[in-house]
This record gives sequence, structure tokens and C-alpha cells, in this order.
Amino acid sequence: MNKLTGTIISAALIMLLFNACGKNDTKEGDETESKYITIKGSDTMVHLVSSWAEAYMKVNPKSDVSVTGGGSGTGIAALLNGTTDICMASRDIKQKELDQAKEQNIKPEEFVVARDGIAVVVNPENPVGELTIEQIGKIYTGAYTNWKQVGGPDQPIIVLSRESSSGTYVFFQEHVLKKSDYTKEAMLMPSTSAIIQSVTQDMWAIGYVGLGYALEAKGKVKMLTVKENENSSAITPSVETVQSGDYPISRPLYLYTNGSPSGEVKTMIDFCLSKEGQQIVLDNGYVPVK
Amino acid sequence: MSIAASASIIIVFLIFIFLLKEAIPFISNPGLNELFSSNWIPVSFQKEQFGIYPLISGSVLVTVIATVLLIPFGVIAAVYISEIALGFEKEILKPFIEILAGIPSVVIGFFGLVVLSPIIKGLFNLNTGLTALTGAVLLALMAIPTVITISEDAIRSVPKSYKEASLALGASRLQTIFRITVPAALPGIIAAIMLGMGRVIGETMVVLMVTGNAAKISWNPFDSVRTMTATIAAEMGEVAIGSTHYSALFWVGIILMIITFGLNIVAQKVLKKYQMR
Repeated sequence: MNKLTGTIISAALIMLLFNACGKNDTKEGDETESKYITIKGSDTMVHLVSSWAEAYMKVNPKSDVSVTGGGSGTGIAALLNGTTDICMASRDIKQKELDQAKEQNIKPEEFVVARDGIAVVVNPENPVGELTIEQIGKIYTGAYTNWKQVGGPDQPIIVLSRESSSGTYVFFQEHVLKKSDYTKEAMLMPSTSAIIQSVTQDMWAIGYVGLGYALEAKGKVKMLTVKENENSSAITPSVETVQSGDYPISRPLYLYTNGSPSGEVKTMIDFCLSKEGQQIVLDNGYVPVK
Repeated sequence: MSIAASASIIIVFLIFIFLLKEAIPFISNPGLNELFSSNWIPVSFQKEQFGIYPLISGSVLVTVIATVLLIPFGVIAAVYISEIALGFEKEILKPFIEILAGIPSVVIGFFGLVVLSPIIKGLFNLNTGLTALTGAVLLALMAIPTVITISEDAIRSVPKSYKEASLALGASRLQTIFRITVPAALPGIIAAIMLGMGRVIGETMVVLMVTGNAAKISWNPFDSVRTMTATIAAEMGEVAIGSTHYSALFWVGIILMIITFGLNIVAQKVLKKYQMR
């Protein structure tokens, strides 16, 4: 009798197990068109991509898009580890990372979805209003340490930079510092808002932030007009000047996917590049690509 | 039960082995002497440099200042609470100290960035409030509850007969406290301070937010410094796994662990020495 019950119970258990497996299978079947997307990466792009996600979810109420920051490098690392569907990056992928991607059998596919200008900001009370790229570079490499060297008052320059995990850090180093090292005196701030905060508080500080953030912080910080070189005219960073290519410190913003996107990921990226998506780019203080 | 008890030992060893495993590639590639220089420039188009002196000096400077602030506040508060405070005072003080201990470090960091750093900047007439001192003040604030609670325990566990004998010999209450009770509780107080220092040197979020993170060697409390913990936290996210930078960060972790380990050993030694007497 006991044995019989035992058999019955195990039979029931096995059936249950099969049943569960069957259910799992159908679930996995659904997941190929899963409605859940994760996007991770550049802190600069969090604002923009979140607005995209919100608008996208309004159009496709069944989808669920989660957006997290952490820096371009973090996002690319997540793409390589397969922990995110889409990576947002404010710099292009490095050779080192491509090699790593090959190892992990991941094929990053690149989409330029917007452009961003990097504004150089100072305290509103700072009388200095325009600098050349070379002067900014010299400030950041430590060749200039006093505002009087760039036509300002006799005050020390407090150099603020992003952390080295930021895409903006690398972009700025490449295009403004002309690949030299940052000065050791540079204070590395953990976030863009920390830079804005410090520039607001410290009269003699200089920092760089994405144009979107700078426009938002208008009044709290002053954007410097930038000259390509001594002879060119000073350009105010704005949506127009970045799009026309006149403003010298600007960069493309990327989304990366693993291989050619399909399903939900593809619709999401198509949405970003659509007319509506590019209008959102404009609304966020960035510059549309189309 | 012995497994449960020895779990922490095993975990410590596993962590250490893990740190070593990830750090070892550094020995063959750029070589260990690369660590002993004064430039920490991990992202560079020229030459990446992984000198950890600036990070160590940053951590040490912040910890020393925090400890200097910690000792008087923590110990005196403990003496007051355990020996002098009336019942109702204790009932007000102790919960607030516990609340202080429970504030998340990121909140303290935010407070430091927005409130304390402008105050320090104005107070000392500096150009920026993001200094080692700002970080140290906040860290002391965070470690004070630890120091108070443990010192208070130590002071309260001094045998009543000591105090009674002292009072009977005609010593005043204050004399008894500072000549008898505190010296008798000293090993516990020192252990409390050491634990507080351990908390300070290991704390990450606050220093990342308020010390400015400039990787330079400086012993000036009004300078911006970059601590070991902030470096690991800020750079680990970006770094390509297996790169030189990656293993360099693990070396920073190993050194941090050795320092806290050393701190603990010293604390133990001090405790033993006093107990012998």
C-alpha cells in the first residue's frame, strides 16, 4: 500500500515537472518577442534616452524599457557581458573593447542617434567669456594655472573634470587636450551635476558638461564661447552651432546593440531615429542627426 | 556550527585569494615597481601610469584628520553619556546617536557637497570646498557613533569598586572619571578608535563625492585628494576586464586590505598590552 502511494506521488511529481517544463517552453517562445528592454551606459545620454523610453512606452503600452546610467564604459562592458540589450555611449567603441567583444562572441552594431556639444562652463561672476581650444587645453593640462594667463583676474584656476570612466572625459582629452594627460590638480567629479554644483559654488572653477545639462543650468553657470583657434570667431555653444558643425567641441552619441537588432530592440532604435524621436533629441537640448 | 563560525575566516581568505588572482598579471606585464611612483594616470593617450603613492597619501591624510576629530568628540561624548548624563539625557542622546549611525553614506555625501563644502570654503577662505578636510569631517561624523557606543561599553564595564575606592579616598567625581575610570577603560576606548578608523579608511561614497578626487600627493588638509576607495569605486565600472588598469585596481584593493589588517593587529596588540598590566 505504502509503495503504491509512493509510486502515485512520484508519478504525480513527474507529471508536474513535465507540465512545468512545458509551460517554461511556451514562455521562452514568447521571449523572442519580449517586451522588456534594458538600456545602459553614458550618463550624458540618460536624460535623452529616458525621454525616448517614456515616449516609446506611450506608443507601445505593452513594452517596458529600463534605462540606467553609469558611464559609457560601464554600458559597453554590460553589452559585452550580455547584461543589457542596448548600450548608450557618448564615445565610439575602443579597439580594446572590440577585441574583447570578439572573444565573447558579441558583434556590436553602431547607431549614431544624436549629436552633443560639450559646453565649457564657469561661474557667472567670472569675467572671462571666451577661450580658444588651445587655451582650454592648456588649462586642463596644467600649463595655465591662473586666470590672468587667459585674460582674467589674478586668481587660481580650479580645474574640474569628469571621472575617467566618463565618455566625456576621453572625448575631451582627445579633442581639447589633444591627447595630453590631464593635470594632477584636476578634480575628478563623479557626475555632471557635481560639476555644475561646484562651478556654481566656486567662483574660479572651470568645468565641462554636455550641452543639454549646461542649457538646463542656465543662470547657475556661464557657458564660454569657444574659438577653434586664435583667428577664428568665437562660437556660442547651441543646438544650431553644433548641428552646423561650427561649434568645435561636439561629438556623436551612439546606441550599440549586439548584432543587427531585431524585434523590440529594432522598433526602439527605429523610434529613436524617427521624426518624433529626433524631435525629442531637440527638446532635450541635444542636436538631431537628421 | 563550527562551519558557521569559521565562515568568516574562509571568506576572508577567499577574498584575499580572489584579489591576488586578479592582481597577479600586473607583476609580469608592467612590473610591480610601476606601482611605486607618484603618478596615477590610468587613462591616457601617452602612457598609462599606475603609481599608488597619491592614493595612499590621500587615504592616510583623510583618515588622520578624521581620527583627530574623532577622538575628542567620540571619547568625551562616551564619558559624558556613561558617567555624567542623567537618565532622561541618556534617553534623548542614545537614539540620536543610533540614528546618526544609520544615515546612508550617500546622503551624508550629498549633505557634504551641498551644505558642508560651502561652509568650509567660506570658513577658511578657500577657492573650493572640495577638500580632504571636508571629507574627514563627514567621515568623523559617520564613525562617531561606533566610537561612542564601544567606548561607552568599555567605560561602563569598569568595576564599580574602582570608582568607589577612588571616591572613598577623597577624589572628586571628575578626578575619578579622568584618573581612574578612563584609564581603566583605555583598551576598550583604543579598540573603539581603531574600529572607527577602520570605518573611515574603508568608506567610499562620501570621499568620492566631496574630496575632489585629484590624484596628487599632498599633506595639506585644504587640498583636494583622491583616496584608494574612491579610486576603485570610480574606475572599476569603466575598466576593461583583464587590462593592466584592472589589475592595478586590484593592487589598490590589496594594499587597502593590508592597511586595515595592520590597523587591526595594532589594535589587538594595544589591547593585550593593557590587559597584561
